[in-house]
Amino acid sequence: MTHRPPVRDWTNDFDHTDPRWVADPYPIWEQLREQCPVAHSDRYGGTWLPVKHEYVAEVAYDTEHFTSRSVVVSEVRPGDDDLPAPIGVAPPITSDPPFHALARRLLLPAFGPKAIRGLEPYTRALCNGLLDRIGDRREFDASVEYAQDIPLRVIARMLGFPEEDADQFRHFIRLVLESVDATAEERQAQVNAGELDAYIDARIAEHLEHPRDDLTTFLLEATLDGEKLHPDHVRGTMVLLMIAGIDTTWSAIGASLWHLAQHPEDRARLAADPSLMPTAVEELLRAYAPVTMARLVAKDFDFHGCPMKQGDWLLLPFPAANRDPDVFPHAERVVIDRAENRHAAFGLGIHRCLGSNLARMELQTALEQWIRRYPEFELAASDNVTWSAGQVRGPRTLPLRIR
Amino acid sequence: MRVHVDPELCQGHNRCYAIVPELFDVDDEGNAHELNDGVVPVELEEKARLAVANCPEFAISISE
Repeated sequence: MTHRPPVRDWTNDFDHTDPRWVADPYPIWEQLREQCPVAHSDRYGGTWLPVKHEYVAEVAYDTEHFTSRSVVVSEVRPGDDDLPAPIGVAPPITSDPPFHALARRLLLPAFGPKAIRGLEPYTRALCNGLLDRIGDRREFDASVEYAQDIPLRVIARMLGFPEEDADQFRHFIRLVLESVDATAEERQAQVNAGELDAYIDARIAEHLEHPRDDLTTFLLEATLDGEKLHPDHVRGTMVLLMIAGIDTTWSAIGASLWHLAQHPEDRARLAADPSLMPTAVEELLRAYAPVTMARLVAKDFDFHGCPMKQGDWLLLPFPAANRDPDVFPHAERVVIDRAENRHAAFGLGIHRCLGSNLARMELQTALEQWIRRYPEFELAASDNVTWSAGQVRGPRTLPLRIR
Repeated sequence: MRVHVDPELCQGHNRCYAIVPELFDVDDEGNAHELNDGVVPVELEEKARLAVANCPEFAISISE
């Protein structure tokens, strides 16, 4: 890990891994919204940051000037040779049109609302099993013992992976998403180690031998234009589903519990009126949207007075868009019965989160079962809450006390 | 009142179908469309407005 100097000025030197951003990014975005709606930083070889909803939306819709070839800002930019453009390493999230639509359409049915509804009973039983395991302990880490295991086990089940591989999954997620600070050499060393590829290859081999009704077999048997998917496409999509499907929802569940632990009035309303939960879930997603995406500038052009150069990074902070007071009245307040809520927690445009229906079902189920079991809880004062660094933000330790 | 989903704008966020499944349905890929030619019974007008106001893509329109 390298140690970066602290940020001097958020308008021209921002860093999304700075401890102040990690702990509480909202005041930073608020300040930028007033001073400089598109900030720039020389870090990571040059990065832009729009913070207003209008600009975030404009970038999300503009696939001509911005490419999704890489969506995680790091010291390493993909070279023209590394990625089989326009597929990218993890289709369809790293794909651009027109290939993007083909790769996405293939996966959409498995993640549609009606397909996801079928996973709800399993998820509910899973949540209750985790709560049973916690038992009558009064203090525990809800991020590790509850929030994390829910998406992890649901995704493992969807892909048809052994449930006992949970610890390995956690390791891979850290490798891919929380290593932005690594130097080019360190990252390359991790990639060369090939652990993740080896793991995926083993699962593929197992599924080729014994096909079954899961997403891995589906991908192995799927065809595009009459041809089976390229092995790199299958592997890339499996990695995407593992990585994108786990720490995102883990973060959303954790952040929601963190909020509820500190807001007895919201807890009381949800406990008294479970029909409020779907509306509350949307508001919690708006206020604590975990995912900031990224783009690479595809060609030199002027974006609202900013001279963007091909290859510049652009952070796409949907969580900042969700706090824009021009779009959301009292944007800084969590209003759990907010009826009108066009939040962009799952992105906007063609890359709308493929797993949004799954994530909503998991978050809603996790909160419903939690509130039923523990209507009264608070942050355990003796310990600190820590938040993940990087583009997916959520509590990584969340010590709670049950009352 | 009638509602209409613009299929060019819909990205499958599924908000309308979640809020008022009496007026919207989704296809296998999760993209929404209006039911019954978009005709909104009086008792569902409020929910129809909510569906419009919760679409992140501004894909739903109302005509009176």
